[in-house]
Amino acid sequence: MFETSLTLNDLMFMLKGAGVTLMVTFFAVTGGTLMGLAFGVIRAQFKPWVTLPLAFVLDIFRSVPLLIQLILANAFQAIAGYGISPFVTSCIVLALYTAAYCTEIVRGAIAAVPAVTRRAARSLGLTWRQDMTQVVFPMALRVALPSWIGLTLGVMKDSALVLWLGIIELLRASQILVTRLQEPMFILLVAGAIYFVLSFPIARLGAQLEKRWKEND
Amino acid sequence: MIEIENVHKSFGSLKVLKGIDLTVAKGEVVSVIGGSGSGKSTLLTCINGLEPVDSGRILVEGVEVHARSTDLNKLRRKIGIVFQQFNAFPHLTVLENVTLAPRKVKGMSKREAEEIAVKQLDHVGLGDKKSVYPSRLSGGQQQRMAIARALAMSPGYMLFDEVTSALDPQLVGEVLDTLKLLADDGMTMICVTHEMGFARDVSDRVAFFDQGVMAEIGPPEQIFGDAKNEATRKFLSSVR
Repeated sequence: MFETSLTLNDLMFMLKGAGVTLMVTFFAVTGGTLMGLAFGVIRAQFKPWVTLPLAFVLDIFRSVPLLIQLILANAFQAIAGYGISPFVTSCIVLALYTAAYCTEIVRGAIAAVPAVTRRAARSLGLTWRQDMTQVVFPMALRVALPSWIGLTLGVMKDSALVLWLGIIELLRASQILVTRLQEPMFILLVAGAIYFVLSFPIARLGAQLEKRWKEND
Repeated sequence: MIEIENVHKSFGSLKVLKGIDLTVAKGEVVSVIGGSGSGKSTLLTCINGLEPVDSGRILVEGVEVHARSTDLNKLRRKIGIVFQQFNAFPHLTVLENVTLAPRKVKGMSKREAEEIAVKQLDHVGLGDKKSVYPSRLSGGQQQRMAIARALAMSPGYMLFDEVTSALDPQLVGEVLDTLKLLADDGMTMICVTHEMGFARDVSDRVAFFDQGVMAEIGPPEQIFGDAKNEATRKFLSSVR
């Protein structure tokens, strides 16, 4: 018969960690998406050489492992004496990391809108802004959504790395319990299940939206 | 009135328009014919300011299209253009495609814009397709929707850029019929076309473009019956 020392209190401890995971993910994805939108539009609208410095900086965030970014950023803010909490530091680093990927998703999606469609919009007297908001964004959204959902789910899992800054999120909470209860298999199974429960609605939402749009195509 | 005065236009080192002069009076239908690469389509995109010109000027109702002080978005309300490629907004229904510009550009209410849109869609024979998405339309229907979309802005001028070239042969007729209706209504039109029958039957004047130059212009009977220019005769004998 299966037995475990995991109590309801322990489970609550894990769920509290899951709450932190959700919060870090929420701030990172919200901030990263807003920045990614702005940077993506800039990358799509201007000539490549104009946006070269921006592309270079974003490439750094995409190429350096997230763990190194987190540790360096935390160490830097400590040395500089900014007094930023590890939670805020984590959110900022993850947001920039998300923005770096999101920029390319947005740029690619805007580029996927046919030039003739945009020309038709402008020829009707729509301004650049109206063309963007009424034609380009709605069309680009359909292209970008699957990649954006993937990015969001990826960031949620990558957010586990913030445990290295001493933040007790879901994985760190599980580790603590593993050390105490010595039941790694079961506890990690529970942690995995919680990650799945967090991710599933987002993945489903994406699938639902895609299905609805597909009916029109 | 559209006045085109000595317009030159290049793409890089390629000279596309080499000094075009043309005046189109209110209510007139001018068809532009010629081989590919002769600059016909470029002229249309210059007229509504989608492309800048290198020199010369284009005036629409006395307003210089490429002057710095000209508000192009405002000017474009007067000039409708329909392109060769279907360019419906795929995320909007047929009705929404047609009401978008009147609402956003002219600031009309939804009801007002829909009244106009329904009228224009009926006019082009798409009255029963209002709530479908463009992907459910045939090529010919998409082109007619694009025409209704341009007409919903109540333009004074319509430019047609080879609107039947991308269509299956059996769909060409329905689009040409729509253009004929417009011509009968007295719309001022410049039609770049490969449909010689249409050019002959509907136009007041036919212009033949050859390598960036307007080689000849005249009434359809003269161009098709007694072309003065050697290149015109050669072109017409090749397409007949």
